Amino acid sequence: MKINTKKDYLDYVDKKSPNSPILKNCFNAFWVGGLICTIGQIIFDFCEYKGFDYTSCSTIVSITLIGISAFLTGLNIFNKIGKFAGAGSLVPITGFANSIVSPAIEYKSEGYVMGVGGKMFTVAGPVLVYGISASVIVGIIATFFV
Amino acid sequence: MKKIGLQTIKLDTSPYILETSSIVGPKESQGPLAKYFDQCLEDEFWGEKSWEKAESKIIKENVNSLVAKSGIANTDIDYCFAGDLLNQCISSSFGLRETNIPFFGVFGACSTFVESMCLGSIFISSNAANNVICATSSHFCSAEKQFRFPLELGNQRPQSAQWTVTGSGAVILSNSNLNRDCPQITYITPGKIVDMGVKDANNMRCCYGSSCFRYFNNTFKRYWQKAKLL
Repeated sequence: MKINTKKDYLDYVDKKSPNSPILKNCFNAFWVGGLICTIGQIIFDFCEYKGFDYTSCSTIVSITLIGISAFLTGLNIFNKIGKFAGAGSLVPITGFANSIVSPAIEYKSEGYVMGVGGKMFTVAGPVLVYGISASVIVGIIATFFV
Repeated sequence: MKKIGLQTIKLDTSPYILETSSIVGPKESQGPLAKYFDQCLEDEFWGEKSWEKAESKIIKENVNSLVAKSGIANTDIDYCFAGDLLNQCISSSFGLRETNIPFFGVFGACSTFVESMCLGSIFISSNAANNVICATSSHFCSAEKQFRFPLELGNQRPQSAQWTVTGSGAVILSNSNLNRDCPQITYITPGKIVDMGVKDANNMRCCYGSSCFRYFNNTFKRYWQKAKLL
């Protein structure tokens, strides 16, 4: 293979780099993600059984899963789950909690104000900025045009 | 001392690599090179509160043990060339602040160590110094923290990702070999920056590969031409 241009080189790199085991990753992501959602559903049904209304039940599910995920992150367990399950644990709300707690732990050594406070949203920040911006735009459109 | 060819410096006198020392982290000590390292750490923190402090301690202890091993007095060392991966080279500047040796901070990312040896040998060859320390350090955790994601983040590393070394290497370059058997530096050929447009921050080897290939291709071509093999 002759490498003359940058593109040739990048193609060569792509060819030589080991690929991620996509099937295995998908399978693990599927069952771990499904398990997390099932746990959420069990909590939801339990709350409903206890007589909470629909909105409260959803809120309790979110809070519980965030709490569990933050706790597991602190115990250095969640990153092992994430390594195994990938998107399965990253896409549900557990991944969001992990993305805020992990910088908080990482930057604790730089102090509580500039470290934890300042760096806590380095990973989740873009999601918040564009998530909230998008919802504001959709809200404006909905108010005036729908 | 003069420039020969396209990018090579021929040194007048060849400095000796008088003494070497190395300290590595837990992952490196499980590898096949473990028996060659002077000290293997079991803990990434090494009793410190942050990874940056641990890295500082690694380079500090490494340089201390290097000087102790060499048998040269601290006051006989003229200059120190050192650097690391962190902003403002904090590990080496904080780690070596107590050595009381004039300090040159060097940054060349993965080439820092060789870069410092190049500069150090020029100093010795031009009689600006008799003994020079060249050192570098890196720490997997502090590098991940600065350049990539927090370690606690539950993401998957791609198969092609490389691992930043936790550890430090240091040498003493000297104009005399003190009757010891040691290697010498005769020529210096610095490489060029070659950017082939690799954007993956995890796949470092592909970034270096192109530059490395061009370097060896140019260098060896000249040697072979000289030896009339080509």
